[in-house]
Amino acid sequence: MVNIFNYIEKDSIIHKMTGASKLACLLLWTFAAMITFNTPFLIFLSLLALFLFPLSKIKISEVKFMFILLMSFMVVNGLLIYLFSPEHGCSLYGTRHLLFTIIGRYTITWEQLFYQLNVMLKYTATVPLILVFISSTNPSELACSLNKIGFSYSIAYSFSLAMRYIPDTINEFMDISKSQQARGIEMSKKEKLINRIKSAALIVLPLILTSIERIDRITNAMELRKFGCGKKRTWILERKFNFLDYFALALGILFICYSLYYNISNGSRYFNPFI
Amino acid sequence: MQEAIIEFKDFSFKYNALAQPTLNNINLKIYPKEKVLIVGTSGCGKSTLVNCINGLIPFTYKGEISGTLTIKGKKTIDQSIVELSSSIGTVLQDTDCQFISMTVLEDIAFALENQCVKQKEMIDRVNRVSQIVSMNDYLHHAPSELSGGQKQRVAIAGVMVDDVDVMLFDEPLANLDPATGKTAIKLIDDIQKKTEATVIIVEHRLEDVLYKSVDRIVLMDEGRIVFDGNSDDLLSLNLLSKHGIREPLYLSALRYANVEINKEKKPSHLDTLELTVSDKQKVKNWFNKIVFEKNKSSTESILTIKNISFSYNKKKIVLNDISLDIKKGELVALVGKNGAGKTTLAKILCGFEKQSSGQLYYKSESMDDLSIKERADKIGYVMQNPNKMISKVMIFDEVALGLQTRGYSPEEIKVKVEEVLKVCGLYQYRNWPISALSYGQRKRVTIASILVLDPEVLILDEPTAGQDFKHYSDIMEFLLSLHNRGLTIIMITHDMHLMLEYGQRCIVLCDGNIIADDTSANVLSNDEITEKAALKRTSLYDLAELCDLKDGQNFVDYFIQYDRKVRYDG
Repeated sequence: MVNIFNYIEKDSIIHKMTGASKLACLLLWTFAAMITFNTPFLIFLSLLALFLFPLSKIKISEVKFMFILLMSFMVVNGLLIYLFSPEHGCSLYGTRHLLFTIIGRYTITWEQLFYQLNVMLKYTATVPLILVFISSTNPSELACSLNKIGFSYSIAYSFSLAMRYIPDTINEFMDISKSQQARGIEMSKKEKLINRIKSAALIVLPLILTSIERIDRITNAMELRKFGCGKKRTWILERKFNFLDYFALALGILFICYSLYYNISNGSRYFNPFI
Repeated sequence: MQEAIIEFKDFSFKYNALAQPTLNNINLKIYPKEKVLIVGTSGCGKSTLVNCINGLIPFTYKGEISGTLTIKGKKTIDQSIVELSSSIGTVLQDTDCQFISMTVLEDIAFALENQCVKQKEMIDRVNRVSQIVSMNDYLHHAPSELSGGQKQRVAIAGVMVDDVDVMLFDEPLANLDPATGKTAIKLIDDIQKKTEATVIIVEHRLEDVLYKSVDRIVLMDEGRIVFDGNSDDLLSLNLLSKHGIREPLYLSALRYANVEINKEKKPSHLDTLELTVSDKQKVKNWFNKIVFEKNKSSTESILTIKNISFSYNKKKIVLNDISLDIKKGELVALVGKNGAGKTTLAKILCGFEKQSSGQLYYKSESMDDLSIKERADKIGYVMQNPNKMISKVMIFDEVALGLQTRGYSPEEIKVKVEEVLKVCGLYQYRNWPISALSYGQRKRVTIASILVLDPEVLILDEPTAGQDFKHYSDIMEFLLSLHNRGLTIIMITHDMHLMLEYGQRCIVLCDGNIIADDTSANVLSNDEITEKAALKRTSLYDLAELCDLKDGQNFVDYFIQYDRKVRYDG
């Protein structure tokens, strides 16, 4: 079974940080990368992000699934940008250095290549961060972290609940699907798409029924142990901030300040090598 | 006189959705430090009673209340569910749903977290209670790494941590194998002695709860209390079977032998039971050692399992070189503790999982190349929870589904479905929506939807789990009638009554190996096997020993056949 929220236990300084500071740093860092097209800065962030892998002792092979998923998303995104506006870069940078023309309006220009490189750098500056965050943060601590950075605890707790019950629901789905196959409901590619959609409905109905049953019981169980009785709650796994946590926060704030400063002082979000 | 901690006064309750009240004029006092057992069939109102005490009624489930319920001198209606849960801790039947958090540590601390208890104090309190329930070595384990019994311990710790005055146990034995159930009853007893909490246990498995003494038993039927007193008194009266509760088997045997049972004989436990010499003689006389003729099973194999092994990711071995031969028309009980590989074996037979090595034969033809759908024409699999199998709104459509996908004509489908519905006693409901059916009837619908495909083998996963005696008997007699029509039936179970009464052949799995393949009476009289398979020895065997009968296994057999004759054949 593919586990999307793949917490990998390791002994590293990244693992020793609290989820809250990591999450805050992740958000600030991502925001800093998103608001600017400052190429040198994005290259710097990308290199730093890649350095997090050895720092957290997490191997890329361990997060292969998510890595491939996010990377293919990046490729698709890049292709789509090109398909919809092949000369977007030219309008952004105000010049046009034509390399060659593929067909019709699909040209290759230095400006477009440079623009797409920047878009890609935004991904490389943030994707490793997300992967490291997910695999170095204990899911139990995640709820606590969300709560600490300002989400209400019931929203934060719903994350924890989802992670607790998603594996159960997947197993249940497998069981139901197998027993429906036994009755002759075909889900394989041999069937026509419309029939497969109908079949899926026949599997989903019992899944929904059993899930409703379960939700009812879980709600009761939570209520009987006083969930929601006060405006606040404490977390047994809450950890105190240490030096690294403050450092990560400071770093995040520094990055976002620099990004903002650059955009304002430069008069535009774009680092322009063409003029 | 002491003040009652819980007091029902002329209390009635009617759910908004129902026409009739579920609880009728209940008058009940429970005193501090008491241990009270509430018994009754499903639908007798015992769960409703529990929900009234813990506050789910009226705060979550709405309805009409008359009369009063006071807890610690305060009317519950004036309190909130949070206030109530400070004095009442509930251990729910489904401990999997009660396990809300990601790890044991967090789950035990859950109630404290919600009350904003400081972290340091939480850790202290969690450590203290986790030691009481012996879960201190598992604090960082996830629920998927725990057994049913361990999850229950976590649930118990999770309510104890809040220093409650009353602990409510809603059917604590429902999801446990017999040996774990026995340990759970002992644990509840120990906890009560340590914490001096008031304990209320709701169960229908009387004999198993009585393994440790209770102060009082309340017997409920149809929303009323029909008995409220000590266990020796209740067992001396002939009330239990009248109200759908199975009395301890050893007592049934004594009654059949015409031994008078009164409270002086202390019938609550076998250890305290005092039988006179003449009583013992009566038992001996009753047991005439002539065991009725056994069903002859055919010699024709229907399923042959050869050297089947199975493991997940080549790491955890679930089945280790299993070989079995199931004869046509057999009624087999497949038993063993959780994780022994019972369900995996069934899934391999149906093609839901693929064996790592070994071969399967159906009537000496290899099944290895058959798809799930093709196997289903020969072997039907009925899951434990009927709701997992139901995907249509109307009963007729649900049963017809398998035929439709196999391309039968509407006329053929009508004939076949109606015939199966008749066999399953559902014909009169054929145009009903499934939502209008009870749990037991739904179970029948799922069996019907499998039977319609005309399999010769039927595999049922825990066919009677969570069912009271009446529903248990209904389902099992129905299966027996199918068996008598020539169907081969394999039941995965840890219900010892089911094994004894219906399992003609009992196959015991333990850690992926078959450790016994014998009659159920022999299996349940063998200490070594029962211990390995997390079963327990039947009290009938102990009674035979008590009466100095050498032939305990035959005594068990004899009782089962005699009991059947009395109960079903008149």
